[in-house]
Amino acid sequence: MYSYYNREAETMPREKLRELQSERLKATVKRVYENNQAYRLKFDKAGIKPEDIRSVDDLKLLPFTYKQDLRDNYPFGLFSAPMDEVVRIHASSGTTGKQTVVGYTRNDMAVWGEVMARTIGAGGITKKDIGHISYGYGLFTGGLGGNLGSETIGCATIPASTGNTKRQVTLLQDFKPTFILCTPSYALTLAEYMEENHIGLDQLALRCGFFGAEPWTEAMRAEIERRLNLEAFDIYGLSEIIGPGVAYECQVHKGLHVCEDHFIPEIIDPDTGEVLPEGEKGELVFTCITKEALPLIRYRTRDVAAIIKGDCPCGRTHLRMTKPAGRTDDMLIIRGVNVFPSQVETVLLEIEGIGPHYQMIVDRKGNLDSLTILVELAEGTFTGEVRKLEALREEIAKAVNSTLGIAAEIRLADHKSLERFEGKAKRVIDNRKLLD
Amino acid sequence: MFLKQLSIFIENRVGALTDATGILADNGIDMQAFSLADTKDFGVMRIIAGDCEKAASVLRANGYLVNITPVLAVETENRPGAFHEVLMRLSDAGVFVEYCYAFISPNPGKAQFILKVSDDDAAEKALALA
Repeated sequence: MYSYYNREAETMPREKLRELQSERLKATVKRVYENNQAYRLKFDKAGIKPEDIRSVDDLKLLPFTYKQDLRDNYPFGLFSAPMDEVVRIHASSGTTGKQTVVGYTRNDMAVWGEVMARTIGAGGITKKDIGHISYGYGLFTGGLGGNLGSETIGCATIPASTGNTKRQVTLLQDFKPTFILCTPSYALTLAEYMEENHIGLDQLALRCGFFGAEPWTEAMRAEIERRLNLEAFDIYGLSEIIGPGVAYECQVHKGLHVCEDHFIPEIIDPDTGEVLPEGEKGELVFTCITKEALPLIRYRTRDVAAIIKGDCPCGRTHLRMTKPAGRTDDMLIIRGVNVFPSQVETVLLEIEGIGPHYQMIVDRKGNLDSLTILVELAEGTFTGEVRKLEALREEIAKAVNSTLGIAAEIRLADHKSLERFEGKAKRVIDNRKLLD
Repeated sequence: MFLKQLSIFIENRVGALTDATGILADNGIDMQAFSLADTKDFGVMRIIAGDCEKAASVLRANGYLVNITPVLAVETENRPGAFHEVLMRLSDAGVFVEYCYAFISPNPGKAQFILKVSDDDAAEKALALA
């Protein structure tokens, strides 16, 4: 027997779902056209009027929305609701220091609560359960999104946030939460801490874990399940669409069901923009059809995935997507934080005494991602004093940390020692090998 | 007496130091004094070379970051307390020592030190009183 939070919506017959999608899409297109100038201009440029969209079949006529559109309209320019209806703002790091800002109306919060409740409910979680949320609380959508889903179900919710592993383990032992939300690498950190401190799994009551916000493998799933004695569920989301809750795994663990009554997925060829047939791998694109503050139309996620053919034994009718297998751009996800190499470049260019060349090395030490940045010293700035080099390294580390939001180890290299590239530079070495 | 000291930036990787010493060896550079300041992440090799300018140019040609700095060379009696006396003089004159290394003097019964000080003139004056 499979579990659901909202069985009616999750197992809605496809035909009925299609009708609902068409109706909601039409309303959303009308909403953005009437309430948002940037979208009105975009549609006018494409020669599209809201009345041209009669069903989901017409979705492909609509222009794409890119991350750049969010940046160009920073901070609130793509909102389709007046600010007095917005009740929440989140933001994630952008490539040029500018953040990607998203907003939610009260109804959007209800939608978010619903889809996150489905995510957690798919593991058989009910209001009798206790939830432990170890995603970061703050501008990042992970913590508060997980919190909202857990409370929507009616679970006693522990807003543990990130860090202080010792205290987190104490909470797991004393409060006996039955499910946890965190990054997969943090789940392993918790397991490691418990093993090192001889805290037996019998002291915990965890039954399920909902893991995401960074790439992880089936091998990691098996390891987490074994070392924490729980059932691990993959979750997918991005703040531009709503945050966590866009797609989630059921107990079959064969792909992630997209909450299709709220977000319509498409897989496209990233070069031509053509919609690809079901089963083919391409760029994942989402259209929000129930949101009010930021209903993005055909948003290019840059994540590479495919729609899985066939019905799921769980009975859900909503399409399943594969775990994203890479990116169409150079974005890295390090410890759950989106990092673009261009951000590092921007930081380095502003610091005197170093050259423009750099190399980023991403590794997984133990269970945590680490970022090392090799930076070339510029000629003429070397005075032979250790003190000055240390100060320079410190300055770079601080600047990188404040821009990326994560700490990086800075290694000084000889000038002209880093590899030079003709054409597209390969600045990033990702040794994590997380993608199949 | 002031000597020209060569400072060389050494990356934190296996073989970085031997690469530099190899270049000096291949070019017949005699090292009269040597020290290596290391941190967790990089090192700075400091040498007093027979031919400082040549050493600098061959290292630069091989992509090394080098810097020539004047440093104070002091010779003392090779006996307990001799170095202490030197430092006391500098200290009394309000001179800071940034770093220092010692080596065997070719002169029997003598010891030699290389000192990088905060104020070259004041240091010279303080030591000349000896």
